Amino acid sequence: MVGNLYIIEKARLDDLIRLLREDGCRVVGPTIRDGAIVFDEIASAEQLPRGWTDVQEAGHYRLERRTDDAYFGYVVGPYSCKRYLFPPRQRLFSITRNGRPLSGFDVDVTSASPPRIAFLGVRACDLAALEIQDRVFNAEYADPYYRDVRRSAVLIAVNCSEPGGTCFCSSMQTGPRCTRLFDLALTELPAAFAAEAGTERGRALLERLSPQPADRNVQHLVELMLESAAEHMGRALDTRELPEILLQNPEHPHWNRVAERCLACANCTLSCPTCFCSNVEDSTDLGGSRAERWRSWGSCFTLEFSYHTGGFSRSSVRARYRQWLTHKLAGWHEQFGMSGCVGCGRCITWCPVGIDVTKEATTIADDVRRADVAERGARERSR
Amino acid sequence: MSAEMTYRPPVISGHERPMVPALARIIDRTVETSNTATYQLELCDPGLAAKFRFRPGQFNMVYAFGVGEAAISICSDPGDCTKFSHTIRHVGSVTFAISRLSPGDCVGVRGPFGSSWPLSACRGRDVLLVAGGIGIAPLRPMIYELLRHRDLYGRLMLLYGVRSPRDMLYREEVEGWMRRRDFQVLTTVDYPDADWSGPVGVVTNLMRRVRVDAARTSVFVCGPRIMNRAAAHSFLAHHVPQEHIFVSLERNMRCGIGQCGHCQYGPKFVCKDGPVFSYASIQHQFSKEEI
Ligand SMILES: Cc1cc2nc3c(=O)[nH]c(=O)nc-3n(C[C@H](O)[C@H](O)[C@H](O)COP(=O)(O)OP(=O)(O)OC[C@H]3O[C@@H](n4cnc5c(N)ncnc54)[C@H](O)[C@@H]3O)c2cc1C
Ligand code: SF4
Ligand code: SF4
Ligand code: FES
Repeated sequence: MVGNLYIIEKARLDDLIRLLREDGCRVVGPTIRDGAIVFDEIASAEQLPRGWTDVQEAGHYRLERRTDDAYFGYVVGPYSCKRYLFPPRQRLFSITRNGRPLSGFDVDVTSASPPRIAFLGVRACDLAALEIQDRVFNAEYADPYYRDVRRSAVLIAVNCSEPGGTCFCSSMQTGPRCTRLFDLALTELPAAFAAEAGTERGRALLERLSPQPADRNVQHLVELMLESAAEHMGRALDTRELPEILLQNPEHPHWNRVAERCLACANCTLSCPTCFCSNVEDSTDLGGSRAERWRSWGSCFTLEFSYHTGGFSRSSVRARYRQWLTHKLAGWHEQFGMSGCVGCGRCITWCPVGIDVTKEATTIADDVRRADVAERGARERSR
Repeated sequence: MSAEMTYRPPVISGHERPMVPALARIIDRTVETSNTATYQLELCDPGLAAKFRFRPGQFNMVYAFGVGEAAISICSDPGDCTKFSHTIRHVGSVTFAISRLSPGDCVGVRGPFGSSWPLSACRGRDVLLVAGGIGIAPLRPMIYELLRHRDLYGRLMLLYGVRSPRDMLYREEVEGWMRRRDFQVLTTVDYPDADWSGPVGVVTNLMRRVRVDAARTSVFVCGPRIMNRAAAHSFLAHHVPQEHIFVSLERNMRCGIGQCGHCQYGPKFVCKDGPVFSYASIQHQFSKEEI
């Protein structure tokens, strides 16, 4: 059953949510809040943004009514699974000083037991982002909270048939089809869902939803929808030699032009599903006998992020934007064996001034490629 | 990068969580200079103490109760890890808090982290160490190893520069090294006092006083940023191959385990790919600003 395509009725979506909740999961899925589709806990399919779509452009996000009542007729919002696996603010431990002078500390790491979360409506780009975060937080020195939530997480994915205006997952080879990591992947058809189990857990779930084997026509339709989606991305990025180009051109004049627009507000890093930087803060209570350590999301766009004894490594906005983009599209390959960008488009949509990673990287890369071609031509002529 | 630089002894932390410090007691404190002291520590949990090992060049995250953590090199002899030492210059919140502690008091420790000086790569070669200020601390464990197996190496040289004679760390030990016939130790100061009869000027000036056989010398550098740069560039100019120049770098560190992102230096994490880098591995970014 794993890997085969089935049909389930749309009404089964609510059963799926109920089953997951009965299994002890908090179901986290897309829902409308403050004019945007965010990830939040939901109790029934009614809370999904049924019949809504999102219009996304650089620096622009708006919800609109669809002409149909599709459950998943939109793409990604400002939130991703990151918020649940790597919470924006988290206490790492508390510690109590026993006796005076400092004869010892008692450490307490007991946080609330990590919730079991079923993520519903995860897109292919977000699965890829999860894979990236696994390499950061679940590798040699696993973050205990991330590891526990990740281990028990159920992933109900949704294939994208209508990419958004800032999407470019097909350039980054992460979507629009979900190919791995999911327990269950749904494709929304006009009158039903096509469903594919990716794991035994997914298979067991699917079995409880009265699945019917999908016939050749349905299989063909799903293929066509996803192929067409791949060809209708709102953005594109040519990634050939991009890591080398970016690493070798830190002095390209375009970095200055981006820096003139960038507000260093950090919206891009906060909305990015792969950004993992954090600050670690220690503090004591007023009495000075109890202390805590908190970890909170950090951003390479802030000045203090690069502070070290004797100064700041990246005092200019230019250096900070360059760090961010170069890290995403180049450094990440060396660090984690994959790009740090999954092509979700969030940073483009949520940038208040509409700075666009695909455009900025393309401007630099095209310029360097052109110069390379010109140089090669000149060299050949002089031979 | 050699296998030796990437070999890591197990990381010790509290509650088997990498971000939780393990308790360590200060057993001895030696005042080195007006703002620097060496703290000898022992992990309070005997099980952890028995497991703790480090390689020369590695560092710990040292925690002052409620104030925070700082990355501090381990400066003692790796031949005896039951106790270990940190030489700490008191410059900011965490290190000031530590300066107020006395033997018997506790700090938190996580580590060891990072890469180490590749000792086996310099077997049979001349070894030249260049230290500026507190940069001598991460080189000291290496010196112990080199001297312990002295016959495995060719000529051994240390160039050590400090601001003024009063800022010299491990003074008696350095004088002891100077008396050895198999270890050439040269010191220099920026600001001499009345008693100083040695060289004056930056540490790279000392290079003129040693014979560097570029083909058979491995160089190890740790000091302030400008010193690291000047030293690396003059060794390159002397035709020491990039693969045989090693530099220990400093960046802000909040985790030590490649997760907080603060220590990034181009595509490198200084906390896990470094702090010790071969020049060859960072040549593209070494001289660039604002990386
Ligand atoms: C691998 C490695 C090994 C090291 N080994 C050693 C060692 O062996 N011994 C040693 O003494 N040090 C060592 N260091 C350096 C040590 O980690 C730093 O000096 C550390 O910052 C000290 O922490 P602190 O909290 O005491 O100082 P900080 O609070 O970081 O303060 C340092 C200085 O910066 C100023 N400052 C603080 N915060 C800011 C800010 N936000 N903006 C501007 N200025 C600010 C302070 O006023 C002070 O002058 C090492 C560092 C690394 C990365
Ligand atoms: S860099 Fe932008 S497009 Fe790429 S994964 Fe992050 S938010 Fe999405
Ligand atoms: S690129 Fe845009 S979102 Fe990111 S810091 Fe600059 S202004 Fe903010
Ligand atoms: S110190 Fe946190 S990533 Fe290196």
